[in-house]
Amino acid sequence: MSDTAIGSHAIPSPAPIPVREIAPWLVFGLLMLLALYFVGAEEGATSIIPGMYVHEWVHDSRHLLGFPCH
Amino acid sequence: MTVAIFWVSPATDMENRMMVRTLLIRGMLVGFLAGILVFSFAKVFGEPQVDHAIAFESAMDEAKAKADLERGIHDVEEPELVSRKLQASYGLLTGVMVYSTAFGGLFALVFSYANGRMKSTDPRVVSVLLAITGIIAVYVVPSIKYPANPPSVGNPDTIGMRTELYFIMMLVSLLGMIAATMLQGRLRQQYNAWTSTYLAGACYILIVFTTGELLPAVNEVPSNFPADLLWNFRIDSLGMQIIMWTTLGLGFGAFTEYANRNRFGYRNGANIQLNAH
Ligand SMILES: [Zn+2]
Repeated sequence: MSDTAIGSHAIPSPAPIPVREIAPWLVFGLLMLLALYFVGAEEGATSIIPGMYVHEWVHDSRHLLGFPCH
Repeated sequence: MTVAIFWVSPATDMENRMMVRTLLIRGMLVGFLAGILVFSFAKVFGEPQVDHAIAFESAMDEAKAKADLERGIHDVEEPELVSRKLQASYGLLTGVMVYSTAFGGLFALVFSYANGRMKSTDPRVVSVLLAITGIIAVYVVPSIKYPANPPSVGNPDTIGMRTELYFIMMLVSLLGMIAATMLQGRLRQQYNAWTSTYLAGACYILIVFTTGELLPAVNEVPSNFPADLLWNFRIDSLGMQIIMWTTLGLGFGAFTEYANRNRFGYRNGANIQLNAH
């Protein structure tokens, strides 16, 4: 949060990784979110792939992971 | 990443970027390992509850079909796309592994931002704190409002609304947690750790409580659904989350500490040498 707080620390602290170096990797974050969407909501409330196969395949995990289903 | 950026970037930027890559791979790896544990638990404890709930559902469907037949209506049975056996084994495995690995990756990205920006300089502490706030924001709080339900509890006609509400609750909870964490950092400049955490925590609770009160309740549990089955299912669902987040929090932190020690020869040296160029 605040760089001043870190600067005043007596113990050597790991320098924060600049946001601009993290930003390119956020693409992977979006991929993760897409993966979560397929487990949690695909062919339920909304659908990208037609049919019910994805929904049926991950069905038990969808219920157990807390996502709304049937 | 283009060649031009490569040439103007100082070496430390490149190394920082590679550090994020390392963390991301590590997070997905720990998430994958967590997934194996979560799957084992779900297979042994969760799956029997799903089976019981489906047995209840079938019994209800049969009773309904029989009643309909007496009134001259023929119910059409839905075709089974994926057999129960596959759903309960490879299907469950796929869902859990994808979920855990994805959360491992997201966890690593949040860690790469948080490490070095928190009071604690120990990656193990940062990792555990992230896991605790993560499970509260992503699972515990949204589930208090909209708990996990076994098959046959939800009404298929309301799936759109239920999904929307669940994700709204999760999003508000997550944003509330981020806001509270930022607030805690600010308060930390004036107050001690206890006071600032109490105040920030109170703000988070206020946000999610208000949201929870504003959003409509969903209760579609059939009146004759076994209460112990519902309870067991929800406890197993919570158990899976605890296993996943505990593994992420402890595993990722330990892995990072170990890697730092090997790489820099001393503890908690994540980026000190990288930035000393
Ligand atoms: Zn279902």
